[in-house]
Formats: sequence, C-alpha cells, structure tokens
Amino acid sequence: MNGTRGKTDLRRVLEVRDLCVGYGRRGGGVWRALSGVSFGVGAGEILAVLGESGSGKTTLATAMLRLLPGNGRITGGEILLEGRDLARMDAVELRRVRGSAVSIIFQEPSLALHPTIKVGEQIGEVLRAHATRNKRERSERVREILAKVFSGDIERIFSSYPHELSGGQQQRVLIAQAIACEPALVIADEPTASLDPTTQSEILVLFRSLRDALGIAFIFITHNPALLAGFADRVLVLYAGKVAEAGATRDVLFAPRHPYTQALLKCVPQVEPAGAVGRKSPLPVIAGAPPSLGVLSQGCVFEPRCEERMEICPVREPMSAVVGEGHEVACLKFSA
Amino acid sequence: MEPVIRVEKLVKRYAGRGLGRRSAGFTAVDSVSFSILPGSTLALVGESGSGKSSIGLCLSCLEQVTSGQIWFEGRDVAALADKELRAVRPKLQMVFQDPAASLNPRWAVREIVAEPLLVQGRVARDDRAERAAQGLERVGLGAEYLERRPAELSGGQRQRVAIARALILEPKLLILDEVLSALDVSIQAQIANLLVELQRALGLAYLFITHDLRIAAYLADEVAVMDRGKIVEQGEAEKILRSSECAETQRLLGAARVERESVDAVRQR
Repeated sequence: MNGTRGKTDLRRVLEVRDLCVGYGRRGGGVWRALSGVSFGVGAGEILAVLGESGSGKTTLATAMLRLLPGNGRITGGEILLEGRDLARMDAVELRRVRGSAVSIIFQEPSLALHPTIKVGEQIGEVLRAHATRNKRERSERVREILAKVFSGDIERIFSSYPHELSGGQQQRVLIAQAIACEPALVIADEPTASLDPTTQSEILVLFRSLRDALGIAFIFITHNPALLAGFADRVLVLYAGKVAEAGATRDVLFAPRHPYTQALLKCVPQVEPAGAVGRKSPLPVIAGAPPSLGVLSQGCVFEPRCEERMEICPVREPMSAVVGEGHEVACLKFSA
Repeated sequence: MEPVIRVEKLVKRYAGRGLGRRSAGFTAVDSVSFSILPGSTLALVGESGSGKSSIGLCLSCLEQVTSGQIWFEGRDVAALADKELRAVRPKLQMVFQDPAASLNPRWAVREIVAEPLLVQGRVARDDRAERAAQGLERVGLGAEYLERRPAELSGGQRQRVAIARALILEPKLLILDEVLSALDVSIQAQIANLLVELQRALGLAYLFITHDLRIAAYLADEVAVMDRGKIVEQGEAEKILRSSECAETQRLLGAARVERESVDAVRQR
C-alpha cells in the first residue's frame, strides 16, 4: 500500500475475523453490539477506529482483551494476536498475554490509576507481573520507561501520587504502564477525550514517536474524525456494530465512499470556515438516529438514514467491496 | 443597540483550603470586562482552568462575585440580595456540558422542563403541561417525549431537553457551558443548528463557553480568548482566526490547525 508509512511492515500483529459480540438483555434477547467485524493491524501501524456512541467501538476494545462486562459474550469469530486466538484463551494464558503482548489505555486517566500508590510503583507493578522480579532493577527500568514518555522531571513524577499530576501527565503515566513490557499492540480507547486540545495534540505526537521508536502498533479508538488526519495510518469506520468503511487515512478522510462516512465528515466544522461556509449557516447533519441493535436487520443498517438509498438496500445486507488499494466499503452501491 | 449584559472588571477569587501557604486562594477571573448585544453570541474560549466557567457561574448568579459589576436591565446583578435575584435569574439561564448529570434521572421530561415554572410559581398546573409541550416542540422534540425519562433519551435529545428547560422562563441570555463537547460529531452539528435557529427566532443573546475554537468561530459573532483568568484577546471571530498575534490564541489555533496542516500535507502527496 502506498499510503502506509515506511515503519509499517506487512507482518500482521492482529487479525480479527468475523467478530460478533452480544450483550444479554434483562428482558431476554440479545443486543448485537458487533456483527461480523473483520480487520488486521500491521506491525507498527496506527489504526484508528472511528465511531459514534453506540457504534460498538468500546465493545471492540474490551472484547479484544476479553474484558467484556458480565452480560457480554463473544458469540463468534477469532481474535488472532500474533497467531494465537484471544477469543479462545483460558484465564491463565490471558493473564500472561494482557499487559505483555497487548495492553489497553482507558479514557479517564484519573479513574484508571490507584489514588494512594505512587505512580512509579504502579508502573513497576506491570513489570513485576510479567518480567522483572528484582526490585532495584525494576525501579531502574521504570525510570527508563518514564524517560520515554516524559521529557524531564522523571524523579518527581516517579514519586508522585496521581492527584499531584495534571490530566495530561496522568495519561502519560498510563501510556508508560501500557508500553512497560513493550507489547506488540496497544489499544487506546478515547485516550485524549478528557484532555485540552493542546494536551491532546501532545499525546498524539507521543503515540507516533513511540510507534517510530519501539515499533508498537496502536489501535486508537475515537469519535472525533478531526484528530486523525496527520496521525493514523489507516481508519476503520464503525456504524451500528459493523464496519462501514476501511482504508488508508488519506482515502477514508479525503475521498470517503460510504454514504455514512461522507455524511459524518460533513458534520465537522472546519477551522477557517467563517468565510467559506458562512458563520451561523446551517451545518449539514445526518437525519434520524442509529438503529436499535436489539432487532436483527435484514438489509443495510444505515439505509433508514441514507440519502443515496436504493430499492435493494432494505432487503440485502451489503458485503464489503474493494474500491481502491486497501480501501473497502460495505455499501451496495459498490457491491451490486 | 443596548447590550443585554455588560460586565465590568469582574473578579472572582476562591478562598484557599487549608492553612498557611495553601490558604492563599486562587483568582479564577481577573478583572474581565465585556458586553453582549441582543441576538448575538460571545464565545469565551480557553483551556481548562482559564476561568471561563467561573464567569458563566457568576453571570447566572450561581456564584458570588468578589468585585466588579454585572449590568443587566439597568441593575448591577452582582450587588443584588438573594430575594431580588429571584426576579433576575429567570432571565439569565444556564445550560451545562453533561445533560446526563444535569437532568434528574427519576423525573419525566414533562416535569424537568416545567420545573422552572413551578419554582417561579407563576403558572397554573394545567398550563404547565401545555407550556412544557410547547417548549419541547421548540427544540424539535414531539409530545411523545413528555413522559420519557432521561435514561430513555439519546445524548442529543437530553441536551435538547436541557435547552427547553432553560428557555421556558423566556430568558434574555443563555449561558452555554461546553454544551456541545460531550456530544457525538453528527449530533453536535444538530444542536449547533438548533442554537442558531433559536437565537434567530427569539432574539436571544448567548455566552458560549468552549475550548473548541472551531465551533466558536462558527457560532460566535465575537470571540474572547481567556488565559489564566484574563481576556488576552477579543474581537470579531473572523479577525481573530485570520490575523491574531496573541500567543494564547495561536496556541489554541495551533491545536486546531494541526489537523488542517496535515490535511494539506496529505493532499499534496
């Protein structure tokens, strides 16, 4: 693929095939949060998963690490991490893999850190679980890791409690935890959503430099398409638990083919729109609301809101069709 | 045209907690002045901790000001006693960031929207239900939503309910504190459009508080950039975006422009 950067090679770290996840509902029945999701992540690649609330993006993050809540279940498919299927691993194996081969960063850093343990020790815990038993070696290693995510002030950070750090610093500590054992893949679920815009772009720059330096692949989950242009290698667009469109960032963001992606991107006001679009002129919107995932739809899930719907759309489910190099779209416009 | 509200040298200091050095306190708003014309929007833009939300709380009379004046309908609201505030508060209404947290989860939408009428004691019970239905219609929700509870609504619908509640007492000024930040991108656009429509139809003035310069530039007639309690730059939205030389504005713009530049970079490839 021309669109991917030099650091990315073709070796796949993760291969998700036909993943289906359902949540049991109190009144009976199943909420189909993900249906038939397939994608791959190359070594050292940054894949962005773009979706609005209810699209299944957080379910995807938690399912990949088998951290689904009690009523959630993987009902089908495979999650192959370096060839081994996470969906079928037992608890012992899972414990070995989590944190060492794949790790996760959650949205709210202040909730993810223990409030009364110093951050140096919290990062060391990951090492103790997987690698270094010796205490002195461990604290040395923690300082090395901190040096990768902070530009200075390592000693102070090492012996700080989480509440003594800013939101951006806390998020860096979580990133340090996630990369402590140099995993092949880090999953980040809206890691910058609670941060200021300037801190947000600093964190994105950090992700990229970690990928360049350590060759770690990232799955970056977000609802905000504006973050992705200069950052992700590829983008996967989720809608109602299905992949609507996937491809190189350049293709998906600047030449989107799926009517949903097109409509979604039009909703984002530009930085200098005042002259072009006109201040206070109506922004384009997507009419209607996402479908209920409790009922099995026969046709395309976006059909009720789609402006380009065809006769066949309510009755036939679109399969993903190749529209360009590495660019796939699940729309009947292309697969008919 | 007379401004709806005129703020002069507003200062808000919070007392420090604890003893000694820590009790020094914190000046959240440091001598800020601005005014807003009827039917127009002033956007307060800044990072968290810059003091923008404190200004919102002072203007909606939810926080006592430390010094300075807030002129509204010929009176200094900052100097009014609680009893007198009761008559002023209906005209200065606030909408918060997270509608899930600002709506009572156990109440029906009808009760939530009509509560201000009940508190003000001005409207008979039968009229309240009708006014609630009208209020909902104004924000694009049908009568079928009257008996629903917040949990049965989407994020965008909840924010519509919060806006309907703020409008039911027919305010002159709406203080909108990060009302779009918690919403999905496609819903943000819907609510932004609604705010523009309502402003046109009702001649409302908005104080739009946000950290997002893009949305501010789209919605606001005037933008004020805040940094550490002070307004560091203020002016027409277009001008600020095009030719600002202020460091803080550049910093905020930079964050928004990262995307823009990478757009161009990608396009050239």
